[in-house]
Amino acid sequence: MVRGIMRLVLRSLRQHVLSTVVTLLSVGLASGLVMAVFSIKEQTYQAFTGGPVGFDAVLGARGSQLQLVLNTVFHLETSPGNIPFSMYNAIAADPGVELAIPYAVGDNYEGYRVVGTSPELFTKFEYSAGRKLTIAAGGRIFDPEEKGAVVGSFVAQKTGLKVGDHFEPRHGLTDDPEKAHDDEYTVTGILEPSNSPSDRVVWIPLEGLYRMSGHVLRGTGRNYRPVADSAIALEHKEVSAVMLKLKDPTAGIYLDQAINRTGKVATLAWPIGRVMADLFGKIGWMNNVLAMIAYLVVVVAAGSILASIYNTMNERRREFAILRSLGARRSTVFSAIVLEAATITALGVVVGFLVYGVIIGTAAVIVRAQTGVVLDAFRFDWALVFTPIGMIVIGALAGLVPAFKAYRTDVASNLTPLS
Amino acid sequence: MTVLDVHDLVKGYLSPEGERSTVIDVPSFSMAAGEQVGLRGPSGSGKTTFLNLIAGILQADSGRISIDGREMTALSEPNRDRLRAEKMGYVFQTFNLLHGYNALENVELGMMFGPGINTRYARELLDRVGLSHRMTYRPRQLSVGQQQRVAVARALASKPKLVLADEPTGNLDRRHAMEALELMRAVCREHDAALLLVSHDPQILEHFARCEDLSVLNRAARDTAPAAGGR
Repeated sequence: MVRGIMRLVLRSLRQHVLSTVVTLLSVGLASGLVMAVFSIKEQTYQAFTGGPVGFDAVLGARGSQLQLVLNTVFHLETSPGNIPFSMYNAIAADPGVELAIPYAVGDNYEGYRVVGTSPELFTKFEYSAGRKLTIAAGGRIFDPEEKGAVVGSFVAQKTGLKVGDHFEPRHGLTDDPEKAHDDEYTVTGILEPSNSPSDRVVWIPLEGLYRMSGHVLRGTGRNYRPVADSAIALEHKEVSAVMLKLKDPTAGIYLDQAINRTGKVATLAWPIGRVMADLFGKIGWMNNVLAMIAYLVVVVAAGSILASIYNTMNERRREFAILRSLGARRSTVFSAIVLEAATITALGVVVGFLVYGVIIGTAAVIVRAQTGVVLDAFRFDWALVFTPIGMIVIGALAGLVPAFKAYRTDVASNLTPLS
Repeated sequence: MTVLDVHDLVKGYLSPEGERSTVIDVPSFSMAAGEQVGLRGPSGSGKTTFLNLIAGILQADSGRISIDGREMTALSEPNRDRLRAEKMGYVFQTFNLLHGYNALENVELGMMFGPGINTRYARELLDRVGLSHRMTYRPRQLSVGQQQRVAVARALASKPKLVLADEPTGNLDRRHAMEALELMRAVCREHDAALLLVSHDPQILEHFARCEDLSVLNRAARDTAPAAGGR
């Protein structure tokens, strides 16, 4: 009997192929949109609050913790200011700090940040458990005393830079070829893709950034222009921020107390996940609006299922009457209609996965280009399970109204005229 | 053995004015297994209603209908549906084939709700009615006579004990009507199915050894029918 009902369903879908396809596409769009909204929301939240960041805290100039994190960890936003190099030395020597990496920003190459740092970023730093930034074969880490650069994989892909190439960093964080520095840097290595924000950065030695033509250091509060072949005194040096890996959470607590609550010259953004979670909390309404739009599209899709089947009811009354005259029960006809609605929805959900792939693929390109965070279309998300199930249930429920109409079809009056 | 037994069967309708009018009032009617009976009657004598009551498509107000020993009037609607699917075949004047299905699939529909789909048997039936070369044709691709033969094959698909035929030759010309009648009678005989055929055509009915007049059987029609003639 199930085979028979399925045959009735498939035949009906074939007979009403146009309305089936239109309905199926609307279900596909709805389910794809819902899956994409929830998956992107979850993945971006995970990436920005607990993704491949590798640091526990960021020390920077007095100001907004969020700005500090966005600037230093995700290479977004402008720097809130600089802190003296002595603060870097002090925090690096703190017993609660496992690793401190300096971060100095102020230049770009074709719009991608040129950041001054130390080689420890490549030798000691782990962007996620057990995973270090790796330089692709044929390359090497820059020498802190030379004008070398390690280029992030995404930057290399977009700019075409390769080992041995020369380039001139440009002043500021927005691309302007006319603001190119006189200094020429040589690419010493290209990073293997890490799917972290580091892929979008050109890393150069800290000393190189200090000595970049036109740069002025204000470590002491007064302007200082580095002199060639002459060491820069520690007091003149400064950094935009220090990225910190702490030994344990208690270190974060006392550093937070010492820097944020007692001190007045710097800001410690800690823990990074909490800072970003606050951001998501503030823009949570946007997610809710997106979710609401997705739900509305689901309602429209459910309505289109109902309408597409309901509109065929009049022409199918005779068909139902014939089936009933052949022995089909009311419940059989009812089930066939509900199953038809569920089948359209199930096929629509298959299309929905394609829509989901297209949306998340497009979003991934944009998000990666903007933030370096990579969205994975194949990453498991409960939305990919619950949305199809929910859609099929909603589709079947939408089939109840026409199914009830079919259930009530009067057999005798829809067969032949009484004689 | 009796395959159809009707006793004190009454069916009425409520008119729009709220008056109840009885259209069927048959005190007694029966058919033996394998028997072939012609049923005539003028228009409005309730022939189709009578067949629909026997088929269980309509429910009687009172009385009793037994099909192959099972009292249909005592059954719930789903059980009446099952009994119809298993024990009865129905041939309509307009054939009532489903246009979205080909000839073979239409015949299979006749078994789907009873014994289950048996494609081999459906092919055999179509072969028997001379349509082995038209199995994949849709009804609209078949002539009227061929559609009628598909309808006959479908009515026999569930190996029924009783075949009901409501003006099955009404849409056919004389030659095809006679061919269809002979085919239906022969196939029912071969499958040991009783045949109750409704027609207003005397030339069709004269082929039946037993021919009943519903205007005589049906007391309700007797009260309202014209003196003679007509359907």
